[in-house]
Amino acid sequence: MKKLSARRRHPLAALVVLLLALACTGGLYAVFAPASKAQADETAQSLAIDEGKKLFAVGCASCHGAGGQGSSDGPSLVGVGAAAVDFQVGTGRMPAQQPGAQVPRKKVIYTQAEIDQLAAFVSSLGAGPNIPTEAQYGPDGADIAKGGELFRDNCTQCHNFTGKGGALTHGKFAPSLEGVDPKHIYEAMQTGPQNMPSFPDTTLSEQNKKDIIAYLNAVNGDDTVSPGGLELGGLGPVSEGLFAWIFGLGALIAVAVWVAARTAKAKKS
Amino acid sequence: MSTNESTAANGARRDKAPAGERVADWADGRLGIYSLAKANMRKIFPDHWSFMLGEICLYSFIIIILTGVYLTLFFHPSMNEVEYHGSYVPLQGQLMSEAFNSTMHISFDVRGGLLIRQIHHWAALIFLAGMFVHMMRVFFTGAFRKPREVNWLFGFLLFVLGMFTGFTGYSLPDDLLSGTGVRFMEGAILSVPIVGTYLSFFLFGGEFPGGDFVARFYSIHVLLLPGIMLGLVVGHLILVFYHKHTQFAGPGKTNNNVVGMPLLPVYMAKAGGFFFLVFGVIAAIAAIASINPIWAMGPYRPDQVSTGAQPDWYMGFSEGLIRVMPGWEINFWGHTLVLGVFIPLVIFPLVLVAIAVYPFIESWVTGDKREHHILDRPRNAPTRTAFGVAWITWYMVLLIGGGNDLWATHFHLSINAITWFVRVAFFVAPVLAFIATKRICLGLQRRDKDKVLHGRESGIIKRLPHGEFIEVHEPLSQEQLHTLTAHEQYEPAAIGATVDENGVERKVKGSEKLRAKLSEAYYGEESQIPKPTVEEYKEITSGHGHH
Repeated sequence: MKKLSARRRHPLAALVVLLLALACTGGLYAVFAPASKAQADETAQSLAIDEGKKLFAVGCASCHGAGGQGSSDGPSLVGVGAAAVDFQVGTGRMPAQQPGAQVPRKKVIYTQAEIDQLAAFVSSLGAGPNIPTEAQYGPDGADIAKGGELFRDNCTQCHNFTGKGGALTHGKFAPSLEGVDPKHIYEAMQTGPQNMPSFPDTTLSEQNKKDIIAYLNAVNGDDTVSPGGLELGGLGPVSEGLFAWIFGLGALIAVAVWVAARTAKAKKS
Repeated sequence: MSTNESTAANGARRDKAPAGERVADWADGRLGIYSLAKANMRKIFPDHWSFMLGEICLYSFIIIILTGVYLTLFFHPSMNEVEYHGSYVPLQGQLMSEAFNSTMHISFDVRGGLLIRQIHHWAALIFLAGMFVHMMRVFFTGAFRKPREVNWLFGFLLFVLGMFTGFTGYSLPDDLLSGTGVRFMEGAILSVPIVGTYLSFFLFGGEFPGGDFVARFYSIHVLLLPGIMLGLVVGHLILVFYHKHTQFAGPGKTNNNVVGMPLLPVYMAKAGGFFFLVFGVIAAIAAIASINPIWAMGPYRPDQVSTGAQPDWYMGFSEGLIRVMPGWEINFWGHTLVLGVFIPLVIFPLVLVAIAVYPFIESWVTGDKREHHILDRPRNAPTRTAFGVAWITWYMVLLIGGGNDLWATHFHLSINAITWFVRVAFFVAPVLAFIATKRICLGLQRRDKDKVLHGRESGIIKRLPHGEFIEVHEPLSQEQLHTLTAHEQYEPAAIGATVDENGVERKVKGSEKLRAKLSEAYYGEESQIPKPTVEEYKEITSGHGHH
């Protein structure tokens, strides 16, 4: 101990103590911290993460950074969760074709298996919402009318009465919800992609989301019947006015021309 | 057998007239229909499709009244809150006003209710569109000139009242879309300085939306406005009868006659048949296409709103005014003057008045006090035509502004860019339209002159012996020549003598100078092509060195 106490005023003593303290803390952390990431090398999950990482490096990293930390061209993906990846890639929005006011829906280029791998990798970067199960977005136990009320409360401002879409500022837009997979609608509400606000479970409960999806399916689904005939886009009075002018008045003027052309004419001598 | 009996009776008493004659005689003795019929049965109406536009309006108005009566049988104009238990599933158990509930009932549970509702609404849109086109026909052919100025105003009032009748009707179902429209109107009323709040409270019976407006709009929609409109329609028709119909220039047609078909039987059959055709077309459209699907919009709640909330087309220009107006506000002493809403509210009537007063401006400029029964071809009145096209352009620019969100989504444009386009076009587009139209009119006048003097281009190319190629021009027929040269051309009105016979200089009023200037703009060298004279025609067609 004498050797040690003799060197206690050595200029490097403080540094040594600091290193020792750091080593201790680090060691303790390594022992007690949740070790799923560091361990488990051979599970299916980690294989998916590895595959996802490779796909990410090829398709996403140029904008979102190699580690998903984001860059000037794309936001950080730490903490966005698997649901966001499943929505963005599953609807073809990502990978983006070009920068612009908003990235539109387009052809999906990854298979669902690849999307799941990408989702696994991104969710490994930080915890976020998971991909919902069919029990969460399926029609069982949903209240359509309640969903309609919630939809009018929270969604129609941008997406129109029955989800036909609408305009936002500077070329941005709320897309049409026609033909969108219920899972993707759920994920959109959960994660708030692009210009959409997010509606986490604390704002719209799981049951609320289920109701909204059921309502949309009832009024804007594949087998929705329009009681009044042609919907004319379901856009309200603008398309109705155009129709009245072109087909209504147009037909009546055509009839008037016809009636006026058929007249009792005096015979020419 | 009745036939045998009547034959027998006729045989017995030959002096007894047939039943029809007896009925007519009975009625004539009490109503004096004989002289009425004698005077009017042979009334002449000229034939032209554009003269039937007014009929489209009249018939759709009748259709609106008929279907509207049916709807009143089932509609409850009340804002009491009820729970929905009809047959439309996605609204089950929702709270709504009785007005909305009864409209849902009409749409889903009354036999033929939805069809009648849709006929009513489609007919309303077509009624207004028909009036617009009819008004433009009258405008561009100069049919508003003396003696028809009053009838022009009647028609204009019908259009404006039609707009408000339509708006109140659109608001009655108390759905989310129309409720937003009523809120819009409330906002416009509130923007009026000083009295705005009082007016709003008076109209809604307190704070918006209150519990009164549906019942109040109902009275206005089914009683007040249609009553006034019906009176105006009758007045409009009486004046058409009294003035007799105008006609386009043509051989045998003068300012003192009307060439066409008699009311009975030809015109009555045509008009009667046309009524059913109009009803048929509107009913077919109502059966094919949905309009105002209130079930999709849901009941009105002031805390909800949807995108794509627009009024019906005839109110669209007011929506445009408000959408493109910058949101200016002035605050002083705790009071706010919302110019962003108030200025559009002021411009709204001005847009309409601009077209309504035009006939009076034109008659002041021309100083023409004669009656006109022969219509102008639009090209022969370039300034008027250019003004009309400029006005339509103005109106259309505002309609684009009213639907700016749909332009943005459907043409992948920025809504801000559209708004700025409309702001600029509001001032610029009418001017450009005016200039372009005037030039086109003058070009057409030159072409007419050319046709009269040189004949019609036949498309036949002839090679002359010395190798020159010429196109053979066919001379026009006498009728065509008459039609192309029948219009009269005004001289620009000069300021009268400024010195009287005693050599005393008189003061020239500012209005006189303005009028002379306007007259020069209307009829000066820049604004009309002198029509060919007989001498010119003779000289050219006499054949001296002319092919």
